[in-house]
Amino acid sequence: MSGQIQSFSKLFRDGLWDQNVVFAQLLAMCPTMAVTTSGTNGLGMGLATTAVLVVSNMLISAIRDFVSDQVRIPVFVVVIATLVTLVDMSLNAWLHELYKVLGLFIALIVVNCAILGRAEAFAFKNGVIASAVDGLAMGLGFTLALTTMGLVRELIGSGTLFAQASLLLGPAFSFLEVKVIPDYGGVLMMILPPGGFLVLGGLLAVKRLIDQRVAKPACPAPAAHCA
Amino acid sequence: MQLTLENLRERIPYHGALLGFFTLMTSAALIGANLVTLPAIEQAARDDLKVSLLQVLPEGLADNDLLADTLSVVDQGVSRTVYRGRKAGAFSAAVFDYSARGYAGEIKVLIGVDAAGTVMGVRVLKHAETPGLGDKIEVAKADWIRSFEKKSLENLSLPRWAVKKDGGEFDQFAGATITPRAVVKAVKEGLQFYAAHRAEISGEAK
Repeated sequence: MSGQIQSFSKLFRDGLWDQNVVFAQLLAMCPTMAVTTSGTNGLGMGLATTAVLVVSNMLISAIRDFVSDQVRIPVFVVVIATLVTLVDMSLNAWLHELYKVLGLFIALIVVNCAILGRAEAFAFKNGVIASAVDGLAMGLGFTLALTTMGLVRELIGSGTLFAQASLLLGPAFSFLEVKVIPDYGGVLMMILPPGGFLVLGGLLAVKRLIDQRVAKPACPAPAAHCA
Repeated sequence: MQLTLENLRERIPYHGALLGFFTLMTSAALIGANLVTLPAIEQAARDDLKVSLLQVLPEGLADNDLLADTLSVVDQGVSRTVYRGRKAGAFSAAVFDYSARGYAGEIKVLIGVDAAGTVMGVRVLKHAETPGLGDKIEVAKADWIRSFEKKSLENLSLPRWAVKKDGGEFDQFAGATITPRAVVKAVKEGLQFYAAHRAEISGEAK
């Protein structure tokens, strides 16, 4: 039991930091560049993706015994695309207010290769519960990365933080909306695609620096766990 | 050879059957979901339309159900639905949508006018403009779209129906001129459409 909990905490460590979809695996660049123009957009896309990722991982894991290796990719694609369409339809029908905010992101989830990547790399080889945890951890890592990128681009690009967060999360979250720099003209380039690449490069460098800092004191002598 | 799941999985017919099975199941799931969600989605679209209609027509201008009083007007080969507002039975306002090509695809706007053709309100129904730049045409992000209110083809001459950069009346956004230009064009052409078909829409003889 403690071994299981330990492996779950490793899954979270991997998802949030070590194997982060954006900052370590450099997957899902299309939605990453497209929606991180503000912190709110990044958060919305991240949460929607997390939900789909958890369910798709569980489904793929549940059917993995029946699916032959040779045809697994088309099966994954069909399952994921159907899942996203089902989420899209149900949100549109029953959570229409949320759909109006998230609608744009949901269709984009289909092209997120991180979902297919997790199906292939994890869910196809592991049990349902472990796959659900992996989906949650990877999804939260993706959310973290997108929100961070969105916040940096938003801060430099338009001088605000979490603008329109209350549209996504409800009026109770309007305290998140901060206008950091009043009467700020904005740096247009940060909102446009080049800004996305610049911020991603900067954040990748920051992550490497932190990793190096953490690794150094733990490795006074060559040790196996430092590899 | 024993017929276990293990070696069955390696056979070509199994692959075909598996793919067929999954396509069938997912298609069935989608058809089912479509049947279940369609009424709710249509209802939500109607509610949205109702809210939009109320936004482009100030309160008190019409007292009827606009969704129930529609007219299809054919203009240059395109059929447009016009929602007619009436006050005490007399034609008082019209709401219709019009579109123009923006920076990233079509921008669709809903235009509300009073009987004389003065803009009561404009709202963007659909667009795919750059977030953070072109999306200032949404009322949730900026008040720009309100600058059309009280304008008409009479009180603003035709060349002034343009963004300031083109010598017109309306502001452009920093870094995004194409988007507001398209919206101005859509509203202008919408008003021209209304002017050309006013008699037909109001139901009055010329």
